Amino acid sequence: MLTIRDLKVSVEGNQILKGVNLEIKAGEVHAIMGPNGSGKSTLANALAGREDYQVDSGEVLYRGKNLLEMSPEDRAREGVFLAFQYPVEIPGVSNANFLKTALNEIREYRGLEKLDAMEFLTLVKERMQLVEMDPKLLNRSVNEGFSGGEKKRNEIFQLAVLEPALAIMDETDSGLDIDALKIVANGVNKLRSKDRSFLVITHYQRLLNYIVPDVVHVLVNGRIVESGGKDLALHLEEHGYDWIKNEREAPVTM
Amino acid sequence: MKEFSNNVDIKDWYISHFQAFENSLNGSSKAPFHQIRRSAIAKFADLGFPGRRDEEWKYTNLSPLLKHQFPVAARPTSLPAETVRQFVFKGLAENLLVFVNGRYSRELSNYRAPANGVIVDSLGNALKNRPEVIDRYLAKYAPFEKESFVALNTAFAVDGAFIYAPDNVAVEQPVHLLYISDASAGSHFASPRNLIVAGRNSQVKIVESYHGLGENPYFNNVVTEAAVNENARVDHIRIQDERLNAYHVYSLETHQQQNSVYWMVNVDMGGALVRNNLTLTLDAENCEGHLLGFYMANGKQHIDNHTAIDHAKPNCFSNELYKGILGGKAKGVFNGKIFVRRDAQKTNAYQNNKALLLSEEATINSKPQLEIFADDVKCSHGATVGQLDNEALFYLRSRGIPQEQANSILQYAFASEVFGHITIDSVREHLEEIIEERFARL
Amino acid sequence: MNKDQQSNDQQIIESRIKSEYKWGFTTDIETETVPSGLNEDIIRMISAKKNEPEWMLEWRLKAYRHWLKMAEPHWPNVHYDAIDYQDAYYYAAPKQEKRPESLDEVDPKLIETFNKLGISLEEQKLLAGVAVDAVMDSVSVATTFKDELRKLGIIFCSFSEAIREHPELVKKYIGFVVPPNDNFFAALNAAVFTDGSFCYIPKGVRCPMELSTYFRINAAKTGQFERTLIVAEEGAYVSYLEGCTAPMRDENQLHAAVVELVAHKNAQIKYSTVQNWYPGDEQGKGGIYNFVTKRGVCLEENSKISWTQVETGSAITWKYPSVILQGDNSIGEFYSVALTNNLQQADTGTKMIHVGKNTRSTIVSKGISAGRSNNSYRGLVKVHKGALNARNFSQCDSLLIGDKCGAHTFPYLEIQEKSAKVEHEATTSKIGEDQIFYCNQRGISTEDAIGLVVNGYCKEVFKELPMEFAVEAQKLLAISLEGSVG
Repeated sequence: MLTIRDLKVSVEGNQILKGVNLEIKAGEVHAIMGPNGSGKSTLANALAGREDYQVDSGEVLYRGKNLLEMSPEDRAREGVFLAFQYPVEIPGVSNANFLKTALNEIREYRGLEKLDAMEFLTLVKERMQLVEMDPKLLNRSVNEGFSGGEKKRNEIFQLAVLEPALAIMDETDSGLDIDALKIVANGVNKLRSKDRSFLVITHYQRLLNYIVPDVVHVLVNGRIVESGGKDLALHLEEHGYDWIKNEREAPVTM
Repeated sequence: MKEFSNNVDIKDWYISHFQAFENSLNGSSKAPFHQIRRSAIAKFADLGFPGRRDEEWKYTNLSPLLKHQFPVAARPTSLPAETVRQFVFKGLAENLLVFVNGRYSRELSNYRAPANGVIVDSLGNALKNRPEVIDRYLAKYAPFEKESFVALNTAFAVDGAFIYAPDNVAVEQPVHLLYISDASAGSHFASPRNLIVAGRNSQVKIVESYHGLGENPYFNNVVTEAAVNENARVDHIRIQDERLNAYHVYSLETHQQQNSVYWMVNVDMGGALVRNNLTLTLDAENCEGHLLGFYMANGKQHIDNHTAIDHAKPNCFSNELYKGILGGKAKGVFNGKIFVRRDAQKTNAYQNNKALLLSEEATINSKPQLEIFADDVKCSHGATVGQLDNEALFYLRSRGIPQEQANSILQYAFASEVFGHITIDSVREHLEEIIEERFARL
Repeated sequence: MNKDQQSNDQQIIESRIKSEYKWGFTTDIETETVPSGLNEDIIRMISAKKNEPEWMLEWRLKAYRHWLKMAEPHWPNVHYDAIDYQDAYYYAAPKQEKRPESLDEVDPKLIETFNKLGISLEEQKLLAGVAVDAVMDSVSVATTFKDELRKLGIIFCSFSEAIREHPELVKKYIGFVVPPNDNFFAALNAAVFTDGSFCYIPKGVRCPMELSTYFRINAAKTGQFERTLIVAEEGAYVSYLEGCTAPMRDENQLHAAVVELVAHKNAQIKYSTVQNWYPGDEQGKGGIYNFVTKRGVCLEENSKISWTQVETGSAITWKYPSVILQGDNSIGEFYSVALTNNLQQADTGTKMIHVGKNTRSTIVSKGISAGRSNNSYRGLVKVHKGALNARNFSQCDSLLIGDKCGAHTFPYLEIQEKSAKVEHEATTSKIGEDQIFYCNQRGISTEDAIGLVVNGYCKEVFKELPMEFAVEAQKLLAISLEGSVG
């Protein structure tokens, strides 16, 4: 599904990712953990193609295609979905209108018929239940005046409607109370399938109690320094990141 | 047509006094600044006084001012110290420059400059003793080529305050500039001219206040220029509490360099006809400009505030809040411009102006305007006109506060949003007392 | 997104900005004109061609004599070369033997022209519920649904016809709201106006369909000077729409119209405009000068006038649809989207004049500037003494697209009444890169993202338009904006 080779990315002239390697197979859930400033969000944004994130070197193959050459919208149409850490507000544009436009763009790109208003509404109502979202939010402007939890739920709801092949979740748990976290995680779990992969970025292990990953990676100072099973996350929770820094950082930097 | 011909006559009246004024200067008419005075009077002759057809004077009729033939203020006799004392702000008696009819009074002033190169002096002395600073800064910012009142001031400018903070010096004590117009023996017009220069990384606080004595009408035409160098901060408070038959025109031009901050709090209470032209120019990156104003007018007072904040360079911030309370037959005018020039990306500019009309015959004309030529900016302005909030009034009364007191509590609350920004406690408290007393009279 | 993609976005935007004006064709039809230039003889000639009664001619001549004494105003924030009023034609009409009685008698080329513009003059093909008066150059070529409206007592016809058939109403109301000496362009219009629409809704009648006039300039070097007059008697309601286009020509053409609205007790008039005159080319060559005086009066209590406008065309737009709130409890509204691109200039807004008690007004203005254009909002809220409890709320937002354009806001608030409450808010913003990226990440292209955001920005105004017009307005905005965001 996704192969990242020696990816180096700079933001405003500072190199944040200093050679990331990662391989995600179809149907797998990978978690990336790491301390603040280690480059987790940079990785998410670089994969989504955000400007200001300058790829210095390395390559990213997504289903065999060079992801880095694609525009952000083509990445989305190819099935890469980023659940934003800070979803933006778009005043005046209704959630429904926004999502219908997005969905039909993606369907058109994939050679599918566009959905008419009725079909769209049926689909949307069904998917809203996944994240227990208030249907009223559909007619409100995108994320405008949403609470933190509503914004995050809205991201997962969009994920459910747009059905990407690779979903990147950038600190989706941040700012969520435990109930909202469970709802979001529950939604994600229902969306897991053998054709869909997830890259879950988080600072805390807690989310991974609910979304159980196949592989956990630890990102420190722009590099993945440790990979393992879900137990690695528990270990990190117990011992913090320092042991890895101490153990791993020294040899790597020598 | 009548008004127009009157404008011409009165213009000639002022021009005709220039010659005599020039002769009175004796030796100093050789100084380079005198050439500027000459250009200014020539320019004034071209410009004349503005009329109602001039968009900038649409709401202010100058004819009451122009019907007077005010003589140039002569060097006044001194005033008794106790007469002066009533106008001195609390805690500032030791940092005081006093001007009578626009001229510096050494015996009434009380200021000892700290030894670190700070200069607090009269402009008259500076014109004689410090030609290098004067030539560099004086008349470099206030546009006498375009503004007739600036031209008139420049032509007749001979005294005022000169404040200079050298690089890296923070002047701790606020400087109090006290202007008293004594019109007890007759009318006059004065042209106070102030120059503030804040060196790099310096700080200075200035409290300027205007008061009057006597029953005759008089005309104060003031210009203040402020050059604010990199990283400097200027706190500037002006309080205008002239006699109710005074004419007062005040022009401020600031020019800010990188990372500098200018705080202006402007309060108008007196004067028959008052016009302020306040322009902050943010001419380098990362500047901050704050302009806060409060005015109250009663009877037949006319108070006109024209403000402009000119964002010439990127990444600057400005905030303007202007509030007014109008009673009697008073007229208020507010015109607030925000310019964001082509280069001034990432500008943040906010403006808000609010007016309360307390009587049947009070009027407010308000024109907040935005002129934006850069796209990556956040600018907003708001304007409201109304009365005191009836619900709040009712709430206070239902708690047993009599209506009149409730009114003044709410008026006071309305004004305090501006006064809250005065950082010199003694000045704020002093002002609060005056205002409270004035509210009782509204 | 890397730098290449960024400049790619810029290109998309620029290519979209460069899209062609789609209504720029000309109709090859024989045109009847009067000689160029302006003098009393020309005015007599126009009046004679229209078989006008003597009083109408006198009214015109009086206006003309007044106009001669007036100076062209130059206070708006727009710039243009001097107009030579002697080098223009003041009357141009598609040549027709006589005024057609039915559509069969209308020159097929004219019907074809309006079809091409999407305006069918055949009633059965029309959108249900919209009656159209089609005006080409100086004259009305056809009015639909006249008979049906007649049954309700509604008069909807060309202005020329109204002068002939309903002189008492025209005499009573022409110049009632915009006197012939009101301003330079209103005086010029009064002297030389050639046609326009006339609507009269009698007491207690709710007009069952949208009335609309479609204005088309075709002939070269002519000015268009139409007049519209709408009178709603007590308790009447009417919704009126106006649309306009013109061919692409290199020289500027002047359009100086006058619109007068009169609402009596409990009456309501809703007036919507989608203005799409030719804006000139990318270099600012050609285009219409749209200098229009529009004013309504809420004459008696509980009346209401709403102006809604979507302004995308014209090289220069200069107009302030206004409401005089004379009757107690009357309501004035102004909703506007004004878009300028390339070298277009717009100085537009409204005046709300509060005279009666408990009068209310609302102003929502959305300016969009792109290219090298300049867009100004200029508005006046005036509360006269004695207009007890007058209320106004104004919101004026500007959206800038690109860094070569300008947005200006000049609100004037003149308040002489202490019980008045007036609130004005204005903001300036641009479309955020983070908003565009968010849309991109959901698969929406940059240009569609801009469309979404702009339409969202204008929603408050579009919702005031009749449905079919709202859809048209959205499309028009998308076309006018093509290629304008980076």
